Amino acid sequence: MSKKKTCMTVIENRAIAEGIYSMVLVCPEGESFGAVRPGQFVGVCCRDGSRILPRPISICDFDAEGKLLRLVYRCAGKGTAEFAGWEAGSEAQILGILGNGYDLSALVGKKVLLIGGGIGAPPLLGLAKSLKQADEAAGAGKVTAVLGYRTNDLFLAEEFRRAAEVIIATDDGSAGVHGNVIDAIRELSPEFDVICACGPMPMLRGVKALAEEKGVKAWISLEERMACGVGVCLGCVTKTAHKDEHSNVNNTRICTEGPVFDAEEVLL
Amino acid sequence: MTQSQMTEKNRPDMSVEIAGVRFQNPVMTASGTFGSGIEYSEFVDLNRLGAVVTKGVSNIPWEGNATPRVSETWGGMLNAIGLQNPGIDIFVERDLKFLEPYDTKVIVNVCGKSEQDYLDVVERLSDEKRVDMLEINVSCPNVKEGAIAFGVHADSLFRITEKIKKVAKQPVIMKLTPNVTSIPELARAAEAGGADALSLINTITGMKIDVERRCFVLANRTGGLSGPAIHPVAVRMVYEAAHSVKIPVIGMGGIATAEDALEMILAGASGVAVGAMNFSDPMTTIRVIEGIEAYMERHQVSKITDLIGVL
Repeated sequence: MSKKKTCMTVIENRAIAEGIYSMVLVCPEGESFGAVRPGQFVGVCCRDGSRILPRPISICDFDAEGKLLRLVYRCAGKGTAEFAGWEAGSEAQILGILGNGYDLSALVGKKVLLIGGGIGAPPLLGLAKSLKQADEAAGAGKVTAVLGYRTNDLFLAEEFRRAAEVIIATDDGSAGVHGNVIDAIRELSPEFDVICACGPMPMLRGVKALAEEKGVKAWISLEERMACGVGVCLGCVTKTAHKDEHSNVNNTRICTEGPVFDAEEVLL
Repeated sequence: MTQSQMTEKNRPDMSVEIAGVRFQNPVMTASGTFGSGIEYSEFVDLNRLGAVVTKGVSNIPWEGNATPRVSETWGGMLNAIGLQNPGIDIFVERDLKFLEPYDTKVIVNVCGKSEQDYLDVVERLSDEKRVDMLEINVSCPNVKEGAIAFGVHADSLFRITEKIKKVAKQPVIMKLTPNVTSIPELARAAEAGGADALSLINTITGMKIDVERRCFVLANRTGGLSGPAIHPVAVRMVYEAAHSVKIPVIGMGGIATAEDALEMILAGASGVAVGAMNFSDPMTTIRVIEGIEAYMERHQVSKITDLIGVL
């Protein structure tokens, strides 16, 4: 029995943009999650018992020992609205660490293009930081982050700049390239030989097409409504190109085999 | 006498017998909420459970429904998974093999689209020593063919029960749907067909609409409601079933606490199963077991069987 619900303590919880919050949690004294991979997520349990399902929230950042987790989330419904009101010093029941995360060994030393759309950007920040550290140790590699926003409320962009070259795209043209992340990539032609992306489905379809066109690998992080978050309920499946080993059909569990997939392996 | 022997001696007897099968305690997992225990074994010591009841398995792999398949509702959730499962071959090779070393009973939930589908799975499992009982899913509201179609009419339920009993080597539990007018009528039909036990309730058919987008939340439009919101309905139906038949009844539907489980037991359930609340807290089964023990100590009940159906 290696997993359990962990009673973490909220250290900080604040709005960083309109409807976007950043929450930092710490494990109880003497406990830790060990090695966390960028792209993994946790189930955050509501305190209100009428909301029974843990909310899957991606891990934005973490420390080396896995004692600290930073979650950046959008206030999208009743559960996340509850989280937004949690005060520093209060407790949070956390299920996890969940999911596969990005495989750093496939990315270190390469020219990596991170593509984050809106609330898809947070997990890529942890990835950018991990890659920067690993690239420096390897003496090779370059990370460029393309971040798409609706307006010039550019949450996390400054933090990305400390770990990567940053390209901004905004829907309203108020900052960076006027258009979406794919428009920005076409306009500014950053060099890359592998893509990691997280964002809304139309963006991921664009990323998959871009990767096919350029002949590069794309690792994309998918989202779906989940119940258990651990691979039991089969609520969060996505269609696959090949028969999935676990399900024995062309369906795979986003929470367990994902959320990060080789774009070629999933049908979007 | 040492303290540990004292404790052991004074511990309440939690064991129950259902259709000749002895369970170390009455607490099981509800089908579809625990897989085959592989994933939750990282959270829960399966050896402490009365039984692992597996997710429904069919003769061939099933893809299930389109997504979204789940949605939370007040005090519960809707699901329309559509019985996605890898099929009986993988199930036997992987899932049953995984359960082999555990000191818990194994109840395999069987689903099908046609009568023959059910019979294929039941026959296939007849030589599997690890399978202690079969639970026949004639009550899933989320698949177009089979399943619930067999479970809403007394005559069809009677017929399929009779046919399954002819080929089954393990005791057979018929799992009933709440989406009927008369639980006693269905309970008696299954008993007349030769069922060794009943389990209920499966989920209650529901619907959720996204008013902002003006669309159905689930791709399947309707889904099965489970979780604490349905518990009082389940208690009532368990009570009705238990008072209509002589065979044992296993109660489920929204159990979150020992109190919820005890309500079912007092209403007549010989066993209880935790379902949706596993998702909320994977340790729910263990908390329920410990809570029942504490209740028995507090009320000086030495055998749990003394509580079954006292109302």
